[in-house]
Amino acid sequence: MRVSALTRRLAVIFMGLALIFLYAPILTNFVFSLNSDRFPTVPLGGFTLEWYRLILADALVIDAFKNTIKIALVVAPIATIMGFAAAYADYRFNFIGKRLVLIFALMPPLIPLVVIGLAMLAYLSRIGLSGTLPAIVVSHIVLTSPFAMAIIRLRFSQIDGDLEFAAQNLGASNWRAFWEVIIPSTKTSILAAFLLCMAVSFDEYAVTWFVGGLEETSSVRILSFLQSAVSPRINAIGSITFITSITLILGAQILVLRRLTRGNS
Amino acid sequence: MTSSLSIRRLSRLAYGGIWSLPLPLWLAGFFLGPMILLIWLSFWDVKNFLLTPDFQLENWKKMLSAPYFWAAYLRTFIIAISAAALVSLIALPCSLAISFFLSVRARMVVLGLFVVPFFTSYLVRVYSWQIYLTENGIVMKLLAAIGIDSGSLLNTPLALMIGLVTLTLPLVIVIQSISMLSLDKTLIDAAYNLGCGPCRVLFATVLPAVRPGIVLGALFAFIFSFGDFVTATYLGGGKFTTMSILIADTVKSGQQWPRAAVVALMMIATLLITALASIAFAYRRT
Repeated sequence: MRVSALTRRLAVIFMGLALIFLYAPILTNFVFSLNSDRFPTVPLGGFTLEWYRLILADALVIDAFKNTIKIALVVAPIATIMGFAAAYADYRFNFIGKRLVLIFALMPPLIPLVVIGLAMLAYLSRIGLSGTLPAIVVSHIVLTSPFAMAIIRLRFSQIDGDLEFAAQNLGASNWRAFWEVIIPSTKTSILAAFLLCMAVSFDEYAVTWFVGGLEETSSVRILSFLQSAVSPRINAIGSITFITSITLILGAQILVLRRLTRGNS
Repeated sequence: MTSSLSIRRLSRLAYGGIWSLPLPLWLAGFFLGPMILLIWLSFWDVKNFLLTPDFQLENWKKMLSAPYFWAAYLRTFIIAISAAALVSLIALPCSLAISFFLSVRARMVVLGLFVVPFFTSYLVRVYSWQIYLTENGIVMKLLAAIGIDSGSLLNTPLALMIGLVTLTLPLVIVIQSISMLSLDKTLIDAAYNLGCGPCRVLFATVLPAVRPGIVLGALFAFIFSFGDFVTATYLGGGKFTTMSILIADTVKSGQQWPRAAVVALMMIATLLITALASIAFAYRRT
């Protein structure tokens, strides 16, 4: 757009301020996790690792982290495979009601978490699952697979649809064409989807809190801490969860972006 | 010949089924199932603290005639619609900058930077805002340093808006930017060639053309603000009872799940109507 340099600069500065606004709560969390004062404010106290020591000695926190990792490691592969299957089916096949199925598959992240939490709790109680780790796994797959499907579907939209049929015309079977053509061209997006599912599962607290009963994940532990009192221990757990999810998301983004830039050249 | 053909057909069907069915089946079992149960649950009875399957309208009558329910409903709706308007306004200059004033490379990096916070723990970020806004917190001390006596900013509408902007801004910026980036650039050039100034180009050409993106962005902000319970709980300090808090409190404090189900269904109905109305408005022909 042909606008004055001043307008451009003002818009970019405003955008920068919005970024600072979004990162401010993340940055202060790191600062206060290392601050010796019990009450978090300025001026800062001294440097300490005491809060990290406290949470690492807390059995509840350790158990919660163990649960979180276990759940994410089961959820991410299943959600990624199901998301991939749905994306591939949408790209490859035509069937009646396909659009409807697609919209339905994208619904779960749009329903308020408390509503899903309540519905899941009632449903899983009836089949005797509520209050267990499998209950959390089942719900997380519902919440994460739409993300996997969306990110892999995006990749399929860039693939030449005739490539697979060309392979079949040359005599390759369905499966052979699948392994030789589809998997190589979608594998980065599959990995990106995997990382994204892990990140979403890692930070989910609401549905987990409803269906998990006494089983806690790290996010639910944070919720319990928040309900009791202000403590720099929340900052310490927070830092660990921030580092984990930021690493996962950056990894997913780099995979997607590298592919995009390579596709342009 | 015919038998080998039908075998090929069968194997093709099987191949299709293997890919098409898993996710829809899973979602039918563990998403649609719970949602249908939720509807049924709203007609159940609670006898001696035990949920009893039933078909009675008592829960609906009770909730829909309770003033506190409608107060919460109105409050939630006003909070969500204010947040949607505010976030859309803040997102607009950001999306314009991303789409028109940045190089392709910088654009990718900046969009990436906006997306990252969306996938980090909102709980911890809300806790951080508590630290900023609380009595004797960072904001109050900074304001005091320049001579303004503010008091605690926690539990105010401002605190709620800060939380909801934090929650939804990345999503709205991404949606707006996608629609601006897919805008036909020759349209803008044509407007300039016809002698329009930058302001006229923005209001008469760009904004009408990206209306779907702006409306959908606002819709997503509304959906997420309407359903969130963390912001009102930890930045509103229980002063702002929303629909979500009503559900969480009812479920966590006792067996009145059927009444919570009524609240949940009213939320879904509201979101559905809002979504359909917004989509109709977004793609309406002018």
